[in-house]
Amino acid sequence: MEANEQVIKYETIPLNRKHKKNRKTILMASPVYILLFVYFIIIAYPLFWMVINSFKSTDEIFGSSWALPEKWLFSNYIEAWDTGISSYFVNSLIVTAATCLLTVSISALGAYGLSRFEFKGKNLLLIFCIGGMMLSPQVSLIPLYKLIQALGIHDTYLAMILPYVAYRIPITVLLIRSAFLEVPKDLEESAFLDGCGTWKIFIKIFVPLNLPIMVTATVLTAYFTWNEFLFALIFVDSESLKTIPAGLMQFRDALQTNWGVLLAGLMISAIPIILLFLCMQKFFVRGLTSGSVKG
Amino acid sequence: MLHGKRKITPYLYLAPCLLFLLFFVYYPIVENIRYSFFDFSAFSPSKTFVGLQNFIDLLHDKVFYIALKNNILYAVISVVCQVFGGLILAAILEAPITRLLSGFFRTVFFLPVVISITVIALLFTFIYDPQIGILNNFLSLIGLEDWTRAWLGESETAIFAVIAVSQWQSIGYIMMLFIVAIQGIPKELYEAADIDGAGGIRKFLNITVPQVKEMIFVTTLITLTGAFTVFNEPYILTGGGPGNSSDVLGTLLYHSAFFEDKMGYASTIATVILILTLMISVIQMKLFRTGKDG
Repeated sequence: MEANEQVIKYETIPLNRKHKKNRKTILMASPVYILLFVYFIIIAYPLFWMVINSFKSTDEIFGSSWALPEKWLFSNYIEAWDTGISSYFVNSLIVTAATCLLTVSISALGAYGLSRFEFKGKNLLLIFCIGGMMLSPQVSLIPLYKLIQALGIHDTYLAMILPYVAYRIPITVLLIRSAFLEVPKDLEESAFLDGCGTWKIFIKIFVPLNLPIMVTATVLTAYFTWNEFLFALIFVDSESLKTIPAGLMQFRDALQTNWGVLLAGLMISAIPIILLFLCMQKFFVRGLTSGSVKG
Repeated sequence: MLHGKRKITPYLYLAPCLLFLLFFVYYPIVENIRYSFFDFSAFSPSKTFVGLQNFIDLLHDKVFYIALKNNILYAVISVVCQVFGGLILAAILEAPITRLLSGFFRTVFFLPVVISITVIALLFTFIYDPQIGILNNFLSLIGLEDWTRAWLGESETAIFAVIAVSQWQSIGYIMMLFIVAIQGIPKELYEAADIDGAGGIRKFLNITVPQVKEMIFVTTLITLTGAFTVFNEPYILTGGGPGNSSDVLGTLLYHSAFFEDKMGYASTIATVILILTLMISVIQMKLFRTGKDG
């Protein structure tokens, strides 16, 4: 009791001061809120505009793009899906799933090698792995184009998947390695004494203990792959193999006057990654921020 | 530390990584530098060695200077809007006065970052549309009819309209980086300032800015690298036009390679981009190291 009273006494002094300050801060806060609100409109209004107009006919968009739709045309979404988005969507799913699986497993193996072993050339190989982050994919565009032709994989899923994996490895290794370095040594030593080989220690200890970072790495890779445009545009020609970002260009040309359907197509392309973000915001933010701090 | 039974074990774990990087990242980079001394087309088996001719041609190419100028514009505007704007937004959202709504605003401001740039660029072709576009509509509404124009169709405004889209998308990302940095600042610093009666602006200048100095360097260099490798926004919004007014090095590279079939020349442009981005990365590493020492 005594201790509690002391705490209350101690706290009332700053509390009183805070009270006086509150009125001042509310006055101060109003320009800040106006600024936030203006920026909110700048960001949210175009997105809102896309949502409402994706339910309108072209005539209605032309006549009153500000208003809510008179009749909500869900048929725009069906038409967009049937005009090609469905196949782009499936292609994006396949390419994204394959890229995530390969990137995360290969990077986890590499990170394990780089974090828990001592061997000759370790630092050099670490620089080799992570240094790839400094290189922008554009710079290797033409040799990659030639390489992909030489390998005979031009115009296949692999033409996208293999370069994506390669360009995601550096950042993913960096992320997973920093998590692996935190795993206490005693864990692996006792497993080692129990007769576990390095492979068993990797599968039984490192992977399960670091699932959150694996999820972060997967979310980041999915985000990159789902939105990648340049390689998807150049390494694949067939309409039937295009992913959403490249396919949308074709879709736009096919629907030049059918704006409602085009906007519905944009919505369908954006929704999966927005949902992924809203559900996994924590993993997303952690990955994007810890990744870029270092590169 | 594990030693494994055989010395080869760690190399086996690393092998897949190394092979991927070697084949699809490092080999193409080296090959690209070599290509920039040759003249060849996409499907020809032979290449003609031309020495430095591609570099000389590039230096005499008017479009190269337009593109480089646009990249520099991109860089300057991006640093001002994203680093400065992002920092201010982050500081506001982390301030006690906005605590109630900051989670909501943070999510909305970050939303454009996760939407594909193709979707965003196509959406903005509507927003900039001279007839139905909300930008012109809005300007008319507030009495600025004289300002309405075909934003993407006029050579004076095209590059700025393109740059604006990039800012719209990326400010949220840099903001999030600053939010994470600001959350790492010890609370005692602000409490001490409260006792001294410091206001919000003074706390921002005296505590927040010095404490996130390192993040300011990092975000500056991220935006600079982004500005010199930009491709998607100008390609989708204007294709570099009208004329070449909104070309950047990335679209010039693409155009030279896949429309004019001048593969060697395109490789030379790629080499220039490589040099520019490597310079930025080297500065980044140097600053990062000094930041850690200090």
